[in-house]
Amino acid sequence: MALSPDEVRHVARLARLAIDDAEADALAPMLSGILGDAARVAEVAADDVVPMTHPFDLADITRGDDPVPSLPRDAVLGCAPVVNGQRQVDQDRFMVPRIVAEEG
Amino acid sequence: MSHELCTATAADLAGRLTARDVSAREVVDAFLERIAEVDGVDVDGPVWQRGDDPDALHAFVAVTAAAAREHADDIDARRAAGRDLGPLAGVPLALKDVLAMRGAPTTCGSRMLADWMSPYDATVTRLVREADLVVLGKTNMDEFAMGSSTEHSAFGATRNPWNLDRVPGGSSGGSAAAVAGRLAPLAIGTDTGGSIRQPAALTGIVGAKPTYGTVSRHGLVAFASSLDQAGPFARTVEDAARLQAIIQQHDPRDATSVPQPVGDLFARLHDGVDGLRIGVIDELRGEGFDPAVAAVYDAALQRLEAMGAELVDVSLPHSRYGLSAYYLIAPSEASSNLARFDGVRYGLRVDAPTAEAMNAATRAAGFGPEVRRRIMIGTHALSSGYYDAYYLQASKVRTLIARDFAAAFADVDVLVSPTSPAVAFGLGEQADDPRTMYRNDIATVPASLAGIPGISVPIGLAAAADAQDPLPVGLQIMAPLLADDVMYRIAWAVEQDLAFDTTPVGARALEVA
Repeated sequence: MALSPDEVRHVARLARLAIDDAEADALAPMLSGILGDAARVAEVAADDVVPMTHPFDLADITRGDDPVPSLPRDAVLGCAPVVNGQRQVDQDRFMVPRIVAEEG
Repeated sequence: MSHELCTATAADLAGRLTARDVSAREVVDAFLERIAEVDGVDVDGPVWQRGDDPDALHAFVAVTAAAAREHADDIDARRAAGRDLGPLAGVPLALKDVLAMRGAPTTCGSRMLADWMSPYDATVTRLVREADLVVLGKTNMDEFAMGSSTEHSAFGATRNPWNLDRVPGGSSGGSAAAVAGRLAPLAIGTDTGGSIRQPAALTGIVGAKPTYGTVSRHGLVAFASSLDQAGPFARTVEDAARLQAIIQQHDPRDATSVPQPVGDLFARLHDGVDGLRIGVIDELRGEGFDPAVAAVYDAALQRLEAMGAELVDVSLPHSRYGLSAYYLIAPSEASSNLARFDGVRYGLRVDAPTAEAMNAATRAAGFGPEVRRRIMIGTHALSSGYYDAYYLQASKVRTLIARDFAAAFADVDVLVSPTSPAVAFGLGEQADDPRTMYRNDIATVPASLAGIPGISVPIGLAAAADAQDPLPVGLQIMAPLLADDVMYRIAWAVEQDLAFDTTPVGARALEVA
């Protein structure tokens, strides 16, 4: 049940949350406590029970095949984050930092 | 008094607007003036920034004054021209800041979205505006609706109108405080594990979570998609029903929107409780509930019996696992939903040399501590090797909780419990102690997991051990799926019988009259 600081760092990496060692040390007992409370679900015998993901048994939900306008491109690009006063848009695209490491 | 319009109910305001005793513009101006006076917010300014005035309510994150005045003028012009208007046309409303509204901030109480303006309207926003309710502004909330006190907001806490040193509950604490403090006659909140019902209870007003799926989630920034539901706050049961009737509508833009209609909320609203069978939930009383709250609850049960209802003791054996299941399911869904805040297309970005480092730095800076905790719990509960023991097992327990409710409803018309185990607690008391904070939701999460409707109606005042003046207590009424009408019928009867005065009183209460 208990999460070690190393496991906290692993989870933070999966969740894309930057974390320093002091935070990982502080979070380990706190998250372990929360998980300990939550783990009480294990006391329930539920092997043959179908898991519930939704209150209604809705399936194959579709809507009419009616074209409707999307949001205007400028309105969407206008939401782009601003870094150092610059909206991170270039030639009608969102700008992001490099994803693949630079070669050689 | 200067703000006589602000103390009126929505029904009363609607009557006076229809009779042209008052214009929509006069009503809006009265509320904007009141907000400027007591909320500590600049009604013509941008998103509110942190302040520490202990006497300001801080129900709003942003006031949309210009749009509100313009809408009110338009309503008045159409009324003057003899056009048909909706029954609540011109009545003001406060909107929880988790619902998108075009051209207005939608911060979700987070630094992540502090500077974001929505390019579109949520379906709920569209429906209230089409009904000509005038949106006064966006209300404060726990960040991304995660919390039970509204202290987890990047913009500072909202205070309780009954005692400005106490929390209004959460996560819809801004909406509840706005209605309780007479800053709006109506408000929209959202409820994932109790976020409408609990703040309604703590601020002495009415708050309802409709049947899951009956109010569209399109444009409601998702926390836990299988649980999130928008609903009304008001100071009377009838006002709440009127607002719910406006927003409950099938929406093809929400794949979880239920096609079946809800029963007519008004057809039998005034029929009373005589002959109805009311189940009293055994697991949601006694241990863990403040004795002062329990005494007010017991007195309300006696009144229900005196009014002709038959009380039946009911056991929901799996409800004692409600909190554990909820605090796995909701964070799991949150960890997935909040993955969209990656710094790429909207919201905050903290620059870094690589995309992954940018994602991680942005999310660490943009999310507050409670949101980070829940994302990590959810990520862990869904991760390889833990999924079966945590998320899957919690989802099975959810089935058993829903079955408990279904079995109970075979024998009774509704179920009741106290809405909250205690009255409003002090600001700062639980903010850094998540396990204690989570226990505030003990009575509300079972209905959330089952998807059934629940309403909180004020039933009296109880003295907290550490408070000078007594504070409001709420009764939670839960009904079967789509039987929201039955829940409102009982809530109305309780309200008429108890005649609870929603005017905040006490040494640290916000002055409303």
